[in-house]
Amino acid sequence: MTDLDMNRPHTNHPGTLARRDVVSRLLKHRHGALVVTGLGSPSYDVHAAGDRDDNYYLWGAMGGAALVGLGLAQAQPEKRVLVITGDGEQLMAFGSLATIAVAKPRNLDVLVIDNQHYGETGMQTSHTGRGLDLARVARACGFAEAATLRTMDEVESFSATLRAAADGPRLFVVKVLAENPPRSLPPRDAVHVKNRFRAHLGFPVR
Amino acid sequence: MTNTPPGPANDSAPSAAAVASEWPAELYRVLKAANVRQMAYVPDAGHTTLIELFSADPEVVTTVLTTEEEGVAIAAGAWLGGQRAVLLMQSSGVGNCINMFSLPVMGHFPLLTLVTMRGEWAEFNPWQVPMGRGTQAALEAVGVRVMRADTVEDLVETVEAAAALAYEADQQIAVLIGQRLIGKKKW
Repeated sequence: MTDLDMNRPHTNHPGTLARRDVVSRLLKHRHGALVVTGLGSPSYDVHAAGDRDDNYYLWGAMGGAALVGLGLAQAQPEKRVLVITGDGEQLMAFGSLATIAVAKPRNLDVLVIDNQHYGETGMQTSHTGRGLDLARVARACGFAEAATLRTMDEVESFSATLRAAADGPRLFVVKVLAENPPRSLPPRDAVHVKNRFRAHLGFPVR
Repeated sequence: MTNTPPGPANDSAPSAAAVASEWPAELYRVLKAANVRQMAYVPDAGHTTLIELFSADPEVVTTVLTTEEEGVAIAAGAWLGGQRAVLLMQSSGVGNCINMFSLPVMGHFPLLTLVTMRGEWAEFNPWQVPMGRGTQAALEAVGVRVMRADTVEDLVETVEAAAALAYEADQQIAVLIGQRLIGKKKW
């Protein structure tokens, strides 16, 4: 069998980590990183860890999270940018892995909270649940670093690298349980969230 | 071609043909004056010169895309980080962007996209026609304002006005560059 065999479903081991634990643990060590979240559960996870002015939550525009992160990283090269999104959202933006790899931002990390399911729409199995390995895809595209994390120790090790300089974009997949914790809803007013984010960076609100 | 009446060129005024061929440089000048710092694009014959000018500019970060909607999200991220972005595409690409436009529309992010039209003037490829016909309606249906130019003189002024509307007034603007202006595709 090949490593990427689409004909054999459920070849990936499901995760055992709780997504909220992973995200809150990680964000304790964000060191001033600017955070962009993909729609659905990743936005709820980040909000549950504490609402902040330097979070930008997406409520839609599926497939856009990592690319909002790229534009932000290119505009703020002195700061680190952390995109926290889901496997389904990142799969929709498959081509963005090529675009980000070619753009080579040295300050962009993409963290995929991978429950191997489309949790927002009925828990259908996603491509990652059928064997697709997003970390391998990112490496093949040319990401400087990419790995799949399965234990809290690995998450801790990753969080320690969040403030370190990187040779290029990095992508980390964290395998988590397929669960829907109680929703923690960020503001849906995208203008408000935008204005406070920009104010955090010192831009005038207008 | 332009609407400039035919006649001999003199020393002070460039010929109509010269003006027609210089519009990408004029757009570059206008966008630089508007302090555009990021440019995202999908390769496009009509935008070739503008893409080359931006790519050679160390003050502008250019991002080549695999599909146009990526650029809509990048432009929003650029603005979050305090920079102005422009997105270059062809009318067929507008169809790819529809859901992603919800991001600038809902967030009132400045959006300026320059769209070269296909499927409307001396088009040889019938597959370009449906999206060419639907470009303006699709943009307007999701809340993106359309401005259109069919002559070079009009185009430069329109992009200048569109840049002000987008970056100063937080509007989402697509400037459609008429296919007649670009000229028939050579094969």
